[in-house]
Amino acid sequence: MPLLEIEGLTKQFGGLTANHNIHLQVEEGEILGLIGPNGAGKTTLFNCITGFYPPTRGRVRFQGRDITGWPPERVCQAGIARTFQIVRVLREMTVLENVMVGAFLRYPRVEEARRHALQILEFSGLIDRRHELARNLTIANKKRLELARALATKPRLLFLDEAMAGLNPSEINDAVAMVRKLSEQGITMILVEHVMKVIMPLAERVVVLDSGELIADDTPENIATNPRVIEAYLGEKYRATRAIH
Amino acid sequence: MSPELVLFLQTLVSGILIGFVFSLLSVGLTLIFGVMDIVNFAHGEHLMLAMYATFWMWTLWGIDPLFSLPVVALLLFILGVITYRLLIRYVLDAPMLAQIFVTFGLMVFLRNLAQVLWSEDYRRIGDTLLSGRIELFGIFIGRPQLFASLGAVITTGLLYFFLKRTRTGWALEATAEDKEVAGLMGINTERMFALAWGLGLASVGVAGALLATFNPIFPEVGTVFVLVTFVAVALGGFGSVPGAFIAGIIIGIVQVLGGFLWEPRFKTVLIYAIYLGVVFIRPQGLLGRR
Amino acid sequence: MQRIRWQLLVLVLVVLLLLAFPFYVAQPFLQRTMILVVMWSVLGLAWNILGGYAGQVSFGHAIFFGLGAYTSTYLFTEWGISPWLGMFVGAGVAVLVSIVIGWPSFRLVGHYFAIATIAAGEIFAVIFRNWKAVGGAVGIYLPIIRGDRLIDYQFQEFKAGYYYIILAMLALIVLVTYRLERTRMGYYLKAIREDSEAARSLGINITRYKLYAMMISAAFTAIVGTFYAQFVLYISPNTVFALAISIQMALVAILGGTGTLLGPIIGAAVLIPMAEYTRVYLAGRAGGLHLVVYGLLIMLISVYQPAGLMGIYREWQHKRAARGMVNDSLPVATAEGGADDAVA
Repeated sequence: MPLLEIEGLTKQFGGLTANHNIHLQVEEGEILGLIGPNGAGKTTLFNCITGFYPPTRGRVRFQGRDITGWPPERVCQAGIARTFQIVRVLREMTVLENVMVGAFLRYPRVEEARRHALQILEFSGLIDRRHELARNLTIANKKRLELARALATKPRLLFLDEAMAGLNPSEINDAVAMVRKLSEQGITMILVEHVMKVIMPLAERVVVLDSGELIADDTPENIATNPRVIEAYLGEKYRATRAIH
Repeated sequence: MSPELVLFLQTLVSGILIGFVFSLLSVGLTLIFGVMDIVNFAHGEHLMLAMYATFWMWTLWGIDPLFSLPVVALLLFILGVITYRLLIRYVLDAPMLAQIFVTFGLMVFLRNLAQVLWSEDYRRIGDTLLSGRIELFGIFIGRPQLFASLGAVITTGLLYFFLKRTRTGWALEATAEDKEVAGLMGINTERMFALAWGLGLASVGVAGALLATFNPIFPEVGTVFVLVTFVAVALGGFGSVPGAFIAGIIIGIVQVLGGFLWEPRFKTVLIYAIYLGVVFIRPQGLLGRR
Repeated sequence: MQRIRWQLLVLVLVVLLLLAFPFYVAQPFLQRTMILVVMWSVLGLAWNILGGYAGQVSFGHAIFFGLGAYTSTYLFTEWGISPWLGMFVGAGVAVLVSIVIGWPSFRLVGHYFAIATIAAGEIFAVIFRNWKAVGGAVGIYLPIIRGDRLIDYQFQEFKAGYYYIILAMLALIVLVTYRLERTRMGYYLKAIREDSEAARSLGINITRYKLYAMMISAAFTAIVGTFYAQFVLYISPNTVFALAISIQMALVAILGGTGTLLGPIIGAAVLIPMAEYTRVYLAGRAGGLHLVVYGLLIMLISVYQPAGLMGIYREWQHKRAARGMVNDSLPVATAEGGADDAVA
């Protein structure tokens, strides 16, 4: 049984179809890359699965359970956590408090939540900043904090929405290492990314969205040479990037 | 026609007439909200100021509201720009709490300042060029009311024309759509915000001058209208100018008919109930985006 | 540990000073002002639970204040039920109404919610103004009971009786807020205030927690409503359901600092004496003058110091810490470990 199963998911906003009849299965332990040009409907798909939008049609199953249309909090309780494309840290709370808010889901008592949060901060390298207000962090650290906060809810499946956009090369390296570590811990991950060179070596499988439709589902190597994908998205830009690296 | 029918039609017509004024007020509020996501809680107090301005020009210098109207509109435009420059500018990126409180504080300030300066007395403007009434098919229509609704329609039309047909209007709409993109496109968003406040309050200025010809003027007069305005803006969809216009008329009709068929003193309850009903059932309003 | 003992000492001293207040200040005006300061501290703290911690700005809390005042007063004047009992009935009514208002309203965010609360407040004011059974616009006078017995909830000679009752309420709400800050719910409320979508993504049922906050807030507001009725012995829609009540509740909290334990108390301690003095010295000449000042204050705070007086204090503390005059853990009240938890 796949961990996550999406069947014929369609999302319409008025007359606009953001996602059309998407079928997708994610296996336990996988790192799945989700790519596509701007406006392809990646974030919409995220939002439909994590409960922020109700899908117009189709089903979402998680661990065999139908979670279609569940509100975000229930989806999270079921074991799916996410980060946001534009970081949403709890600005006037400290780093530690941010992570504790996530930890409370599994540890209702303050002391236990704090202990769990500290462990996660240690793991994600934010431990020295635990008393800083979240709003004072750099973008890279805010993203790290968002990830730590999501991890604190002890997810089985983690959605990372452009977790590496806007980071410098060394920060990207850190983030990649973090994703690998999490994968080793058995967390299944779906990464939406624009930084191609990051997702290609990291993901075991890549799916491509274009104009709301799933146009490819393959290994990174095959995706990179798939003519339809190149036409839709990668184009000259990716070949140019490849030439540089 | 039976007397009941005449009375009913009479009520309906007066509802539509006042509805146009509500429309103008709502358009002013929704313009500000649409451009910068800030609700002007002091909207009613700005109306009150406009009415007092009209009143004092008439009382002190004998200027007829018909002629003081453009002056009042200009004054309110300037007041809007000043309000933006002195207060609103500082809370654009502030927490929601501060954004709500700043205009709320302005409301408390202006309302009570008016009470201190001009006392709680009800004041009226006596005979003006517009006084009197006309008869149409047995229905009496006050000339001030008729003129007010005409003025409101014209002003709203001009505003709409400005938004849709001029470069500055487009820039304003682009700013409302996405201020960052607008900034990148070379639009001076700072000026657009000030302009939104200026135009928003200028509409209120026109409405105030028109209302002053037949409505009593007192420090709390704003409350009476601002409630209606909030409801109309919510009903029309926050930020939607045509929505606010239509909603204003609907509210005007509902209000008088509610008072006519039910209890006049409960008409505020009715209006509020509509607001609550609208925001609960269709939070985006009739013509709202999202 | 030195620091904790020192703080405990200050706390004990403050409590003793508060308890002894009626014995060293006998002047009626000052006593009355002090009662009002404590009363508004409780109200500010009650508002703060919903408005400060959960970030849901309500301008309709007069509803709960009025319901508390009217319920106990009606039960007392009509059926002879003790206000002590009526107080809890009033709180119950307020909690029920808070659910009825809150449950649908919490789908609204920010301005929309604030406007909805104004609307709800006005509806209640109009209803009570026109409700003949509870005195309509005239309101209800409470019968005077002599004897100054605690059981009667009335004090004619020994006004300090009122003081101790409201002081006990303050102690209770301080305790509740203090506990709240240190439990999951407190963290959840703050998370909802900071970013409700992010909070939902972390598994928080935001509607439920906002409702909890509103219920607690409403219950305390209603209890103070009863106190007010017993203290003034006259209630009317224009005094207890007034928008001014809602505004002032919010104001003491913002002035002092929303989302903090001490903020509303400091806010009340600054604002209420000021209001009382202007009321007494400018009485008759300029009715709304203190409200003009309120309006100015609200504007200035939201523009220049949204964190209120507590914010100014914190900044000063940070600056001191930066200059190395204090050890660096001081400014963080929510630091980890049991040691800091003992710090109020």
